Amino acid sequence: MTRVEHATTSSRIGLILIVLATLVLAAAPAWADRLTLRLLAEVFTFLTLASLWNLLAGYAGLVSVGQQAYVGLGGYLLFALTTFGGVHPIAAILLAGPLAALVSIPVASLIFRLRGAYFAIGTWVVAEVFRLLASQLSALGGGSGISLPAPIILAIAPTRSLREFEIYWLALGLTVIVLAALFILLRSRHGLALTAIRDNEVAAQSGGIDVGRLKFVVYLLTAGGTGMIGSLIFLMKLRISPDTAFSVNDWTAFVIFITVIGGVGRIEGPVVGTVIFFVLRQTLADLGSMYLIMMGAVAIGVMLWAPKGLWGLVAERYGWQALPLQRKLVISAET
Amino acid sequence: MSEPLLEVDSIDAFYGDFHALAGVSLRVGAGQVVAVIGANGAGKSTLLRSMSGLMHPRRGAIRFEGANISRMPAFDVVKAGVAMVPEGRRLFPSLSVEENLLIGAQSRRAGPWTLTRVYELFPVLAERRHLPATALSGGQQQMAAIGRALMANPTLLLCDEISLGLAPIILREIYARLSEIVREGISVIAVEQDIVQALRAASYVYCLQEGRVALQGRAAQLTRADISAAYFGV
Amino acid sequence: MTVWLNIILQGVLIGGLYAMFAAGLSLIFGVMRLVNIAHGDLIVLAAYLALVVTQTIGIDPLVSLLLVVPLMALIGYALQRGLLNFTLGDDILPPLLVTFGLSIIIQNGLLELFTADSRKLITGPIEVQTVQIAEGIWIGALPLIQFLVAIAVIAGLQTLFYKSALGRAFRATSDDQSVAQLMGLDTRHVFGMAMALSLAVVGVAGVFLAIRANFDPAIGPARLIFGFEAVIIGGLGSLWGTLAGGVILGVSQAIGAQIDPGWQLLAGHLVFLAILAVRPEGLFPKVAG
Repeated sequence: MTRVEHATTSSRIGLILIVLATLVLAAAPAWADRLTLRLLAEVFTFLTLASLWNLLAGYAGLVSVGQQAYVGLGGYLLFALTTFGGVHPIAAILLAGPLAALVSIPVASLIFRLRGAYFAIGTWVVAEVFRLLASQLSALGGGSGISLPAPIILAIAPTRSLREFEIYWLALGLTVIVLAALFILLRSRHGLALTAIRDNEVAAQSGGIDVGRLKFVVYLLTAGGTGMIGSLIFLMKLRISPDTAFSVNDWTAFVIFITVIGGVGRIEGPVVGTVIFFVLRQTLADLGSMYLIMMGAVAIGVMLWAPKGLWGLVAERYGWQALPLQRKLVISAET
Repeated sequence: MSEPLLEVDSIDAFYGDFHALAGVSLRVGAGQVVAVIGANGAGKSTLLRSMSGLMHPRRGAIRFEGANISRMPAFDVVKAGVAMVPEGRRLFPSLSVEENLLIGAQSRRAGPWTLTRVYELFPVLAERRHLPATALSGGQQQMAAIGRALMANPTLLLCDEISLGLAPIILREIYARLSEIVREGISVIAVEQDIVQALRAASYVYCLQEGRVALQGRAAQLTRADISAAYFGV
Repeated sequence: MTVWLNIILQGVLIGGLYAMFAAGLSLIFGVMRLVNIAHGDLIVLAAYLALVVTQTIGIDPLVSLLLVVPLMALIGYALQRGLLNFTLGDDILPPLLVTFGLSIIIQNGLLELFTADSRKLITGPIEVQTVQIAEGIWIGALPLIQFLVAIAVIAGLQTLFYKSALGRAFRATSDDQSVAQLMGLDTRHVFGMAMALSLAVVGVAGVFLAIRANFDPAIGPARLIFGFEAVIIGGLGSLWGTLAGGVILGVSQAIGAQIDPGWQLLAGHLVFLAILAVRPEGLFPKVAG
């Protein structure tokens, strides 16, 4: 008799730690000050963006340097839906996801004609097109951008503190939902297919996996998730402009660095990477371009000497996993 | 035999964890033709790859003209005088026939082999010199691959399964040319699946079986029974 | 009518510059299947190198080519052998991410050294000289020179690729690395030479960029994108196709700009996407992507 075993000691510990951490974080409005809440919300958004990028590049093998297209799209959808559609901001955020996924369909049909690194640059071109189109939208501020009108801000909650709490919980909630969805996906047989694609695409294709279709679906889901987080980000910022919405540095460079340094192709990688990124950012404070130079150098170093990232290094050495995702075939002698 | 030209001294070769060659020893003298035979997967190509520098043995040593070439990269091994005719010909598809021959001379070793001489040896190549290498027939490609290796002016030629996919009549012609080359002083190690041809061309034979030398001896003295036993591991 | 003819002509001429952006990119992809995300930033680096050279030695920018091009070639060789050779392999992630990291480093390094101020190199009277080629049709002398240089560069690369021993080495190595080594080619060196050549072309492109327009540390990615679009429009593997691609891109941008200045870049991107939709292999493809 055979069965597949997922859990290990480390994953049992990991699961407990994750649940504990989530509970502590959910209670944060009680123990954290406003600045810390804002920082935590920002950490959550980067963690989610990185996890989504990890799914796209680390599992489906689609290396995109243009996800800022959907971050910005999500942001502009928020402003458009609330200002012109009269939609409640929270509803707008939830709507932005499926809408971004819809937009990603024609985009995918175009850029999937490119392979490998040319695909990557293609995603960048798409992001540029989005940025240029946004600059042409005078109703949404054109090139200089627009601020979120006061009535819409008030619609979230009547007081400032309540707003901060709601946005914080929304950020935490969305992060938990996205990570949970990721976990469910990776545990499913589609997840198994993705792991196969990650390890050897040609072998996966010959094994009967419809690689093309799976990649397409993953691209859509990632675009949707990224769009949703994008609208959340710009709800937090209260202001949008084409350059901030579609910034390569903020939404791609940092996200990629986080994932690479943490570990591509493992669900825990972005978590480790986000923590390291923010610790560095807080301690190194205002170094501007030097900070980016260092991040670039560290990312290069990690890619050359620890291509599986810091978590990958540790996980491979000790066989750890924080979540029960591994698949171990157990053959027992019973009849 | 006097000082061998090439000596493989009890090498072990691995592909990752897979133990491809175990304690294999072999020697080739000047002007000699040695055949290496064995079933698929016996390790024949691995042996040639180790000799040519494409891979390096984990244990043991390979000595050419007295010098240890075990750790030498392939591009230095050919400069030392060992040229390979790879399995499956592997001509460069982006290059014409003549360009393929010219690139064989990349190592710039001095010697008698020039484009003219190669064209004398294989006139059919001269007729097709400007065609893309892929436009040649199997036999012609084999000739081009041999010519390309000759352009490196080697003292030792490694031939990896040149009989593969070739009609017997073409094969006979190619082996006839090979004997001309040997008469000029080049030694040959020929890995072959075609045992008959191998025994006809070589003076000494090694038979590999699952990574080890199962049988070796003068071609003239080995019996059919010996070879079958060694080949199939019976 | 002559207005449109002039516009199209401008587009054609800048297409030459785009083709130069693209040529180095195309070369590297052809030889080692590497796409250098930092390519555009290296063009900007070359522009700043030209700035430093002209300011410290006081020579004319066009003359600075004599220094910038060999310097960039050296940088290319060192970059390939010191860093990029270690990223090559079956996995596409390392070269992509390493060159992306390089792009960020170069951009911010230039920002630290030179600030975000816009610069431009002045060459003197040749900048405003025009040449009349037909009734009512005038083109700038400098754009014309640059277009002719682009043609010369591409012709030079073609000759090198198909008629020289180095070109043979490039083609053989790109076909089959192992067998190339069996022929005596040190592939590390071959790749180094390919990158040196690519950055030499980048050097030419950078100097002309510096003369032609304002530049600052952040404009690299856009140059990469223009080069990439020219390659895709023209078709992978064909250098003359890349020239055609550059021209088509330049003309699209020029027409777009005429319709509305804000539409200049957008027009180029939209034409690129249209060609990607309708003929993804490009107009004159030679190899499969």
